Amino acid sequence: MILHPGILALLGGSLLSVLLLIKASGLGLTILLRWDGTSSSEQQLALEHKTWLISSLLNAGLGFQIVSGVLFLATVEAIHPLFVGAMCATGTLNANLVGWLVLLVKGLLFFAAALWVIFNRLDQRSEDAPLLRPKYLALLLITPLAFLDLTLQYSFFSGLHPDIITSCCGSLFSEQGQSVLSELAALPPVTAMALFFPVIAIYYVLTLCCLRSQNALLRYLLFITVIVAFFIALAAIISFISLYLYQMPSHHCPFDLLQAHYNYIGYPLYAGLFGGTLFGLLPGLAAPLQHHPSLSAHIDQLDRHWLWISLIGMTVFLAIALWPMLFAPFTLLRSG
Amino acid sequence: MNRQLKLLEYALAGLTRRKGKNVALLLVYAFTIAALGSVLFLTDALRSEARQTLDHAPEMVVQRISAGRHELIPRSYATTIAQLPGVRQATPRVWGYYYDALVRANFTLMGVTEPETQIKDLQGQLPAADNECAVGIGIADIFGATIGDSLVLVDAHGKNRVFAISGIFSAHSALLTHDLILMPEPALRAFFNLDPTVATDIAVSIANPREITTLAKKVRYHLPDTRPISRSEILHTYDSIFNWRSGMMFAVSVAALIAFCILAWDKATGISADEKREIGILKAVGWNTGDVMAIKFWEGLILSLSAFLIGTIAAWLHVFVLGAPALTPILKGWSVLFPPFSLQPVTDPYQILVLAFLTIAPYLACTLIPAWKTAVTAPEQAMRS
Repeated sequence: MILHPGILALLGGSLLSVLLLIKASGLGLTILLRWDGTSSSEQQLALEHKTWLISSLLNAGLGFQIVSGVLFLATVEAIHPLFVGAMCATGTLNANLVGWLVLLVKGLLFFAAALWVIFNRLDQRSEDAPLLRPKYLALLLITPLAFLDLTLQYSFFSGLHPDIITSCCGSLFSEQGQSVLSELAALPPVTAMALFFPVIAIYYVLTLCCLRSQNALLRYLLFITVIVAFFIALAAIISFISLYLYQMPSHHCPFDLLQAHYNYIGYPLYAGLFGGTLFGLLPGLAAPLQHHPSLSAHIDQLDRHWLWISLIGMTVFLAIALWPMLFAPFTLLRSG
Repeated sequence: MNRQLKLLEYALAGLTRRKGKNVALLLVYAFTIAALGSVLFLTDALRSEARQTLDHAPEMVVQRISAGRHELIPRSYATTIAQLPGVRQATPRVWGYYYDALVRANFTLMGVTEPETQIKDLQGQLPAADNECAVGIGIADIFGATIGDSLVLVDAHGKNRVFAISGIFSAHSALLTHDLILMPEPALRAFFNLDPTVATDIAVSIANPREITTLAKKVRYHLPDTRPISRSEILHTYDSIFNWRSGMMFAVSVAALIAFCILAWDKATGISADEKREIGILKAVGWNTGDVMAIKFWEGLILSLSAFLIGTIAAWLHVFVLGAPALTPILKGWSVLFPPFSLQPVTDPYQILVLAFLTIAPYLACTLIPAWKTAVTAPEQAMRS
């Protein structure tokens, strides 16, 4: 176990947020069992008061989970010099393979937590709280996920021994490897580009159409496109975007981008992608809720905001990815 | 957006109305952050100092071990090491420590083989003749000597030897040269009465950093009585030690953080009658629970961010302007570091992020429940109490 301040912050913060979530889930369970929207009894009033406590506990707990993903990446990046052979975050994650699982759970938690917070705010705007039951049921799923995140993080950090010789990203993301990530790196840039650019173009067309029309079908299509685009974009980062950003034809690592050496360019890149994806999912998810009369006006109002935020996020991502392709001297593909 | 700005304005006005209570809380909070921040900044500065210093160190140093202790190494070992493929150069180094009873300090004496080598930050010249030496700024200061003055040292035979100071290292390189005396290698051998066939250790320069581990193994194979130490090993050790020490300091400071959280909880729970009445009136005129909680959230955030800003600036001043007088004895090491060096002000955004996480999150978390309790109070009950 390494007594590193960043690790202490992560473990302490995760523990705190899990405690908040457990407390909120307990209250949520009471509400699920005893809630009666039509009653005006004292008990119902007390429950209504508790919904405020729950959302405040959860905004804090889930807010932490959202930011902790960034802190986790930064910490894993910061401790890599402790491991012989590690040259970036990949080395630290390889030093104890549980790290990759933590990264996956953190990604899931990011989306789950952010969606919960957004839909909770939407629900609180209405008078009759129609999303009360689904939202507290979802909470009962998020809490175990946060607990899993805490235990995985603990086993990852306690299993890190600085004498382990890890492989650096050079061997993991090399084109001859056997792992899934190697498969992605081996995805030829031309194939990756042939997937990436059309799907991004479809995304833009659909988002612009959604901005002009209220059609629910368009929103469902956007929802699916955003999910597909998210995974293709991640593959594209490893396959060719990283090559352009590093200006090197064989360097596929998606974590080196987070280093000061590359001006921390990875942070705005991933923030754009994750933010753009998150807000791109919302119109599709909110479309079926339009039939609640108390929500539909709010959804109509928020829908445009979500679409715009998604558009800005994706554009930031795309601008960072395209900039070196268009303006840097490095050439990966030559015509003819 | 506009609504949140109005709420923020109201929260600010509320904070200034209860100045006494909030300023006290702010100061304690800022002090806690400054204490934690000092540990983080100091460790980071020491770590980067160590890294910069070692940047110029040889890739590998080979020492001879005899009966488990460091022993003088035969110069012939350098020839064996230099013949290994991948080694650019293997230079035997002669150096040692000298205790000066007059000024009660230890000096490092080192031999120079090539007088024509250019050394940065040296005023004057490197020693050329056997009775010349170049000294670090610490030694020049302690004797009040300048270039051209004489330095008297007692050699291994107990005889006084007089050296003319040919050059003085400037304060820039103090960390490396503070207590250093350079003299020609033959003069140093005569001074310490060393055999010409041995050296203190061998500095090995290696062209490809990936070959260091393999070469270390080869050195051990061909010369089993040696201990090769690579530069990266020293760096890892420094990193681990600094992380461990700052982690320990942190773990101790967590007690202070918890104590602070209890204080914050207490302050947030024990609201005054005035404040209760204020909330009662707000709710009576139509504010809902969410609005009151939003105000409380803004109050907490304003307080946290102000304390964070004050605490971080205080920590920065403590470490980089005052030289961290409260922490250096613990973090630098148990042997008092001789050269008084000023730390390079480095601020890593990552350290700020960690500090923010460690201090803002617990405060916000422990004021949540009291804020809710205040916010859900019924208006007539609040006004009556």
